[in-house]
Amino acid sequence: MLDFTEVLPYAWPLLIGAGMTLVVSGAAIVLGMAVGLLLSIGALTGHPVMRRLIAAYISFFRGTPLLVQLLISFYFLPALLGINVPPLVSAVGTLALNTSAFQAEIYRGGFLALPHGQFEAARMLGIGVWQARRRILIPQVMRLVLPPLTNEATSILKSSSLVSVVAVTELMRVSEQAVSITFRATEFYVTAALIYLVLTSLLAWIGKRFELQLARSV
Amino acid sequence: MSFDPSLYIQYGPALLNGFLYTVLSLALANPLAILVGLVIALLQSLSLPPLRWACRSYIHFIRGTPLLIQLFLLYYCGPTVGVRLDALTAGVLGLGANGGAYFAEIFRAGFESIPKGQVEAARMLGLTPWQVLTRVKLPQMLVLITPPSVNQVIIIVKETAILSILTVPELTKAAIRMVGETSAIIEPYVALAAAFWLLVEATSRLGRRLERRVARHL
Repeated sequence: MLDFTEVLPYAWPLLIGAGMTLVVSGAAIVLGMAVGLLLSIGALTGHPVMRRLIAAYISFFRGTPLLVQLLISFYFLPALLGINVPPLVSAVGTLALNTSAFQAEIYRGGFLALPHGQFEAARMLGIGVWQARRRILIPQVMRLVLPPLTNEATSILKSSSLVSVVAVTELMRVSEQAVSITFRATEFYVTAALIYLVLTSLLAWIGKRFELQLARSV
Repeated sequence: MSFDPSLYIQYGPALLNGFLYTVLSLALANPLAILVGLVIALLQSLSLPPLRWACRSYIHFIRGTPLLIQLFLLYYCGPTVGVRLDALTAGVLGLGANGGAYFAEIFRAGFESIPKGQVEAARMLGLTPWQVLTRVKLPQMLVLITPPSVNQVIIIVKETAILSILTVPELTKAAIRMVGETSAIIEPYVALAAAFWLLVEATSRLGRRLERRVARHL
């Protein structure tokens, strides 16, 4: 028989797990944003060798499963570098590198959609290359890419459930631990699914709000 | 730490066996996902409010929760309602049910792109609804839905790695096992990442050929 009252004693650990899920995916998305922007600028304007390297980086992170990347960073890098990397660091790092490849492709499309004349005009007016990018191009790119960026953020929020495999105690792992104690798989997995559903719906709603706000300020 | 190719001779059969399981999973999951997506998109176009609502809720749930939880619900919670599935069946059904929701959205956009007048004209000329679907709607939709469909197939190819968590003996599982038995780290993960990268690359090349083929009359 289903008995959802079994979940109640675990309400607090589940909430902390959900908080950890938000921290992990939030940090990964923000880091991935910075790396992704740099990658997209490098891919568009860099030296041919750099472009090749960036293309290979993007191809690797988009062409292999996230789970494989997590396993590699969890088992392979510590052995390679000879240092102990805390699971949380390797989890956030891998998610960030993964999303940076997807975000780079999103930003590249955004940069290409802007008229080149804007950049030239800014340069003519004596504005530096990076200042022109930071003050003129990037704000417009962010507005253009908001819908796909929201999708990518939602996808990372969901994919963060995979870091439970490398021993980060987020929502998924808390649920698994509770199931291994109570043997109430259905109750806990349904609860966890609903929490994820609330989080992703909230994220989609925030994205929509931003879009409306930006559309009004144009 | 050094690279020892002789491990591949020893573990070749095990890795190949895992690779075949990966290919089997993606070969079963992809057609299933496309079928589920097509059925949902067709049900949605019937404009029966309860059915529409059910389809929307299904899509919302699948897209708002992690695949890992959906797989756990199928595999671990099935027995509480009397459905006992082995890992591969649960995995393939889960991937199909998950991918189906994404395909449904792709197909819905495709159906909506066909002008209503065409459908009415075809019906007027005595074509059955099935003929309208296969002779009028689908051929025209193909150009629009092929690129996102190829993307979705690639996503499903990568997601088969998650089946290793359900103990399906696919490539990721075989590689993890090889790490456990030999404590070699580089060799298994290089093989794992390379195999998935090649699968994804092959899929995207096939996809590009398919895109050119469906667009040849345009």
